[in-house]
Parts: sequence; C-alpha cells; structure tokens
Amino acid sequence: MKIVLEHLTKKFPGISKKDKSEVIAVNDFNFEIPDGKLIGLLGPSGCGKSTALNLICGLEKPTNGRIIFGDLDVTGLPPENRGVGLVFQNYALYPHLTVYDNIKFPLENLRGKDKLTKEQMDAKIQEVAKLVQIENLLERRPSEMSGGQQQRVAIARALVKRPQVLLLDEPLSNLDARLRLQTREELKRIQQETGITTVFVTHDQEEAMSISDTIVVMKDGVLQQMGEPQSIYDEPINLFVASFLGTPQINVFDGYIKDGGVYIGEAKVLDAKGQPDGDVSVAIRPEGFVLDSNGPLECEFVTREVMGRDTSFVAKHDKFRGEKLRAIIPSEEIYDGKDGKVRFSLKPSKVHIFDGKTDERIKL
Amino acid sequence: MNELENKKIEEKARTSEKVRKAVMYSLLTVWAILVLFPFYWMILSSIKSYGSYNSEYIPKFFTLSPTLENYVTAFTAVPLARYFFNTLIFTVVTTALMMIVVILSAFAFARLDFKGKDIVFSLFLSLMMIPNELVIITNYVTITNLNMRNTFMGLILPSVTSVFYIYLLKENFEQIPENLYKAAKVDGTSDFRYLWKVMIPISKPTLVTITILKVIECWNSYVWPRLITDDQNYFLVSNGIQEIRENGFGRENVPAMMAAVVVISVPLVVLFLVFRHKIMEGVARGGTKG
Amino acid sequence: MKKNLTAWLCLLPAIIFLGVFMVYPLVDVLIYSFEEGYNFASQTSFGTGTYNYSYVLHDPYFIQALKNTFIIVIITVPLSTGIALLISLLLSNIKALRDFFQTVYFLPYVTNTLAVGLVFMILFKKTAYSDGLVSLLIQFFGGPSVDFIDGPYWAKMFVMCFYTIWIVMPFKILILTSALASVNPMYYKAALVDATPKWRIFFKITLPMISPMVFYLVITGFIGAFKAYSDEVALFGTDLNAAGMNTIVGYVYDMLYGNSGGYPSYASAAALILFAIVFTITTINLMVSKKTVYYQ
Repeated sequence: MKIVLEHLTKKFPGISKKDKSEVIAVNDFNFEIPDGKLIGLLGPSGCGKSTALNLICGLEKPTNGRIIFGDLDVTGLPPENRGVGLVFQNYALYPHLTVYDNIKFPLENLRGKDKLTKEQMDAKIQEVAKLVQIENLLERRPSEMSGGQQQRVAIARALVKRPQVLLLDEPLSNLDARLRLQTREELKRIQQETGITTVFVTHDQEEAMSISDTIVVMKDGVLQQMGEPQSIYDEPINLFVASFLGTPQINVFDGYIKDGGVYIGEAKVLDAKGQPDGDVSVAIRPEGFVLDSNGPLECEFVTREVMGRDTSFVAKHDKFRGEKLRAIIPSEEIYDGKDGKVRFSLKPSKVHIFDGKTDERIKL
Repeated sequence: MNELENKKIEEKARTSEKVRKAVMYSLLTVWAILVLFPFYWMILSSIKSYGSYNSEYIPKFFTLSPTLENYVTAFTAVPLARYFFNTLIFTVVTTALMMIVVILSAFAFARLDFKGKDIVFSLFLSLMMIPNELVIITNYVTITNLNMRNTFMGLILPSVTSVFYIYLLKENFEQIPENLYKAAKVDGTSDFRYLWKVMIPISKPTLVTITILKVIECWNSYVWPRLITDDQNYFLVSNGIQEIRENGFGRENVPAMMAAVVVISVPLVVLFLVFRHKIMEGVARGGTKG
Repeated sequence: MKKNLTAWLCLLPAIIFLGVFMVYPLVDVLIYSFEEGYNFASQTSFGTGTYNYSYVLHDPYFIQALKNTFIIVIITVPLSTGIALLISLLLSNIKALRDFFQTVYFLPYVTNTLAVGLVFMILFKKTAYSDGLVSLLIQFFGGPSVDFIDGPYWAKMFVMCFYTIWIVMPFKILILTSALASVNPMYYKAALVDATPKWRIFFKITLPMISPMVFYLVITGFIGAFKAYSDEVALFGTDLNAAGMNTIVGYVYDMLYGNSGGYPSYASAAALILFAIVFTITTINLMVSKKTVYYQ
C-alpha cells in the first residue's frame, strides 16, 4: 500500500523553562512512498526521523498536514485502527511471555469477524516463525536469547497480523557489527518475500544505503533529499547530504570560482565555465583523488594506511576544513613520498561544488 | 474501510477518550475528598466555639464565627506544650543518636575489612525479621528493672539502632567507588576523616531519607512510650492525645480536642508540604528496598 | 590489627544496643513463655511447661482478639491493595493535577494515627448532642441511626477497617505509582499498535510487570495488619477488651501493662503465637508468589 505524506508538520511545546518556544520536529513533509518498497529515513540523531515514524503509525498526532494510506486519510485515526506493524529499537518484547506468546499477543486482540481460532493462530505463528527462522526458539523467553534472535521475534510479532505497513525504529542499532550485516540482509529478504511497504529509521548511512529502495535524508525536521541510494550519493543536493553519506567522509575544502575555474588556494582543480565568481565549498569523495605527480592539488603527506585492495592516504592541506583529509587510492599505484608532499588530480564526477553561502549544489 | 468509516472511528476514539478522562478525574477526586475531609473537619471543629459545636445536632460544614479559644484551652487545660516539647526532644535525640550508630556500623560493613565481617553482617540481617512485638516485653522488663521508667533514657535507648537503616546505608556506601578510598589512603587521610569528608556528603540523599523516616516514626510513636511512661511530664504527643481523649477537658469538649489534634498534626504536615518530593521519594526508596 | 580494632569500635554501639534490646529479649521471651506462674514482683516461677500457651489459647479475650485481627487482615489487605492499584493506575494516566493528587493522597502517612483517629471517632460517634456526621448521612439516605464507636460489632469493625485502609493507602499508592512509572512505555506503545484493548493491556502487560511490587505490598500488608493495634486504640480507647475490639498485639500489651497487666509470661506466649502466625502466612505468601510472580 502506498503512503502519502502531505505538508506533515509536528511541533512540540518547548520543555526548558526559560525557552518556551516550540520545537519543530517534523517540518512540512511532502513525499510519497510507493507500494511494496523499502524506505530508509536517514538523519543524525534528533533530526525528527523517529517522530516522523510515530506520526505514520499514529502514536503521535500531527500538528498539521495529512497522512494517506492507499486512498484513505488516516491522519486522525488511532494506531490500532491503522493496520501497521511496528518494531522498536529495543524490541519491546514482553519479558514475561515466551516467544510464542509474544507473537500470539497481537492475534489475540482481534475481535468480531477477525477473531481467530487457536488452530488458525498457531498456523499463522508457525508461518511467520518460519519466515524469520525462529521455529526452534518459540518456547524461550526473551531474556534467554541473543539480540539478533530478539530482533527476529520482534519482526515476527509485527508481521504476524499481516500489517499493511511495517515500521522499524532503528532496527539494527542494538546489534554488534557482524550481526548487523547479517540481519540487514535478512530484513531485505523478509521485506521482499512479504512485499509489505516498509519504512525504517536509521542514523547509519551505510545501513540505509545497503538495503533501502529509496532513502529520505532529514536534518532538523526538514527533508533534505529523497531518492535511490546511488543517485543521492552521486548527486547530493547540498553540502549536508554530501557530508552525511559515504565513508570515509567526503573531504571539504574552502575554494572559490574565478574566471570559469574552480580553485583551491592557488590551484585550479576544475573547469567551471559560465559560473559566476564567488566562494564555494569543494567536496571531494575519497575515491575522487588520483595520484598524479603533475596534479594541481598539492598536499602535505602525513601517513598511509594499507587496507589490502586499497590504500588510504592521510594528508593535510591548509584550505581543508578539518584536521586531515583522506584519499582512497588503488594499492597498485606507486608513491615515493620523497619530499613529504603528495600531489593529486581529481575525477570530476567525484567532486561536488556547493555555494559558499547557501550550501546548495552548483552543477558544473 | 472507507473514508466515512474512518471518520466514525476517529470520532468514537475522541469521545471515549473524553469520557475516560471524566471518569478518571471524578474517581480521583472522590478519594481526594475522603483523604482531605478528616483534616478539614478537624480544623473546622477546632475553630467552632464550644457552645456552637454542641448546639449543632446536624453539624455545619462551615462556621461564620471562627474562634481561637479552643487553642487557648488546649494549651492551658492540659500540658500540651509539655507533650510537644517532650516529643521534640525525643525525636531529635533519638534520630541523632541513631544516625551516629547507623553511620558507624554501615561504614564498618561497607569499607573496613575485619575478621568475621560476613558472619556479623548476616547475624544483623537475620535480626531484621524479628518483629518489635516479640522483644518489647523483655525490654519493658529491662527498662523497669533499670529504674528508667519515666525517663528520656528509657524512652530513647531501645530505638537508637535499626538494622534496616544500617543495611540501607551500607548498600549506599558500597556504591561509592573503592578507588576514592584508596586515593584517600594514599594521601594519608584517616578513616574517619574520609567518612566525614567523602562518604557522608556523597550519601546525603540516603541520610536525608533515613532521617525523615525516623522523624516521622518518632513523632508518631505510641506503644513504647505508653508502656514506659505514666507520668504526664514524660508523655509524648500520641500519649498526650490519648490522655486528652480519655480524661482531658472533660469528654465532651470536642473543639478543644480538635485544636490539640491540629497542633500535633501541623509540624509533620508542614514538614511534608515543604519537602514533599524528597519525602515521597525517600519513603518509596526505603520501602522498596526492604 | 589496628584495622580490626577500628571496625569493631565502629560496630560496638550497634552491637551493644542490638544485644541488649533485641538478641537478649528474643531469648528471654522464649524463656518467659515456658515459665509457669512467673511472678513479676519476686521474679520467680514454679516451673516450666506449656501452660502459658494453653492459658492464652483458652482465654476468650485472646480468641476475640484473634478473630478481630483475622477479620481486619482479610478485609483490609485485599481491599487496600486493590483500591491503591486502581488509584495508582488512574494517577499514571493523567497529567494535569497529578502532583496535587499525589501530595494529597500521601498526607495520611505523615499524620499521627492517634490524632487523626480521634477525628474519625468524632465523625462516627454518637453523642448526646449529635448522632455523628456519618450516621446522619446514612439517615439522610433513609438508613437507620448507627453508633459506629459504641454500637454493634459490625459497625465498629466497619470503622476499624475503613480507618486502617485510610492509614495504609498512602504507602501503597506511592509504591505502586513508582512501580507503574518504571514500566518502560515502549511496551504500551507496542500494545497500542497491536490494537490491544485497555483491560488486556492491564492484565497481560502491566500487572505481570509490577507483580513483584504488588506481592511485596501484599506480604508487608499482611504483616502490618496482623500487628494492628494503635489504630484500634485511636478509635476505641485503651480498654479494647471492653470494646470487644482488641487485637493480638493489644492482648500482648494488656497482659504486660495496665489494669489487666503484670503477666509477662502470658504476653510472651501470645507474642510468640502471633509470630508463628505471621511467619506461616508470610511463608505461604512467598510460596504463592514464586509460582505466580514474574521476576526479571
């Protein structure tokens, strides 16, 4: 089922005693989530992404705007009537119930014509347990399971009543790095098998990139950019999006445009035909550097970290915003490092120019 | 599901929420009235004059001619000020002595190492299960034999130790990182200086809790003082009020009785209203750890 | 060595006081209870045996006290815990005025039970001048005139239980509200999203999660109610036997002191019987709680 958010806004009253002004957690959201897709809501903590999720599932009421599921306006509907499944960051498994009873819990709430017999419930539980591969854990208590297993149970509980929309709040943040990789593939598989429209919230850009069909990047309650992971990475709309996506982080330099060229310090690094003069930020992806003894960008060499396939060059430049910049170079390239300097030329597709004042991207 | 049905569900959810709120607040108000009414009645009766109180077959819920004469009676006809003063001394001395005993023991259990610590501590803990009613008989005999009836010593001594508070404070002391103690030792700080300068300030919330609980207990204690005192000069407020009830003012002077009740209740109620969050937090903490 | 000494010095006051006022009395009370014909003045006895127990168990005053105590326990413990649970639930569901209500509800905890008991007496008692406010209220609704303080047994028992509940409520409400507050709200959110009805949320989630605290209150409530005494004195005066409202603890004190006093042996036997009852009930309680309470 497709979800449409129209001018969705949520304001909270200020908590601090001195400053009573409102906090705008979600500011005028407009977007459409197509049916059967996996959407990642991505942003730093406190950017309002969890609030957005709560608005979609009905735990919070919006200050303004509308939420539409399919063709129906559900804005004022309480959560229990929306047919959503929600997976919490800490799973929220009932600690006093077994896995089986945890999954059964939502089924037992069904009333009237939806009421299920014991056998029907059991069939549904077995089915969903199989889907998330926890058939052999059904008699355990949550405290007797690992984080990854608890996560699966939480997903099973959310899926068992066949929600029209599945919502996940930071689903992987409580897992260790290895489990996170595994579970995120699981998530993708489960979502594809069930075809349920799924929205998940995360602050981890790698996680969002790796499984989402579409990413929504947020900052301070404002939607920054929405699109497929690769296109956002390749075509960031502003400096925030460019910096937030990609590891190692994008390298940002103070630069300027003059006479149809982009300059960092004295060095002209790119052509910028037809662009007005002015200060800009030059953001270069780590993989955008090419070792070139005649290259325009001269940096002070600090160290080199060998990572097998690639080598990471750490260097300094006085126009660099931050401490040290980082370039990823294929390991077979040779560098002698005699004079303590390193020179790069740049791949134009990996360099983004942003307006010095608005941080908006300038397309060359 | 369709748009219309949704609107209905929304509407229903909103009205049921309103009804729920109304029911909740009315129930809460009923209990609040049940709690407050005796207090209201006691103040009201205490400012009605003797004559007007007794002439009301159906008592009035207000009075248009409040008077303070009952308070004068309360302080003059019976030694209320004396009871008051006794209770104050009893409360302050008992609480102070108990704090010293409790702090020293908790410190020994929490920070000092000595032979037999575990055994002594488990013996202490097992004493926690002994109900007061079981030992009060012998204590009564002991105090009588020591000729300490009708003395403050006799009143105070049996209640200056509390295993429960020792336990509570020991737990709290143990949460202070041991590194602090080691650092202090390296600096040549003595044990007692460390106790005074570090542990007591850090454990202040727990100490305040214990003090409050003990003060309330002392102020309201009735059974032991009743056993140990029959001289009015050593009565505490609880015994005093019982005395007033049975012999004071002549039985029917209810307004004067109520004035005495108000006077006795005021100190703790004021203390509570001022420190209410601390007190409630303290009672909750003291209660749940038992 | 020096360290050992410091430690023992710190413990000395506690050990002395506990020894004199707890350990010694504990042994002593056992001895008393088996000494037959103990004379308080000469401090001598005829011999040892179980006569004291048999005397106490055949004393009609003790039987009355036992009966009264059990009625108080059976009525007040479930009722006060239930009402406290309801009030705490309501409290945790409101925002406005919450602090106000909590403060009001806690007031009885800090009041002198004897003093406020007097107010209750006034409200319920029939005098030459007035039937008492409560009795008048009953009459207003067409009921008979009742003296709750010097009247029929059931009426006295009603005031007794009412006052006991009034007194124990603040502590229970306080403990239960903090227990409810400690339940992670995400469970409620999860239940809400799953369309769980309110009553089911309560019985399936809230109650199991706060069950340790509820049982703690039930156990301490039983113990406290079995030791009922000063609330009775507050309402009915010190001569509880005459009022027919004595309790086990009251019986112990009456045997020890006052007009009927001077029998520490009987008092000891009665106190030990009380201890045995409380101990048994608490053990049963703990066994039941092991089976039904969910501990994390």
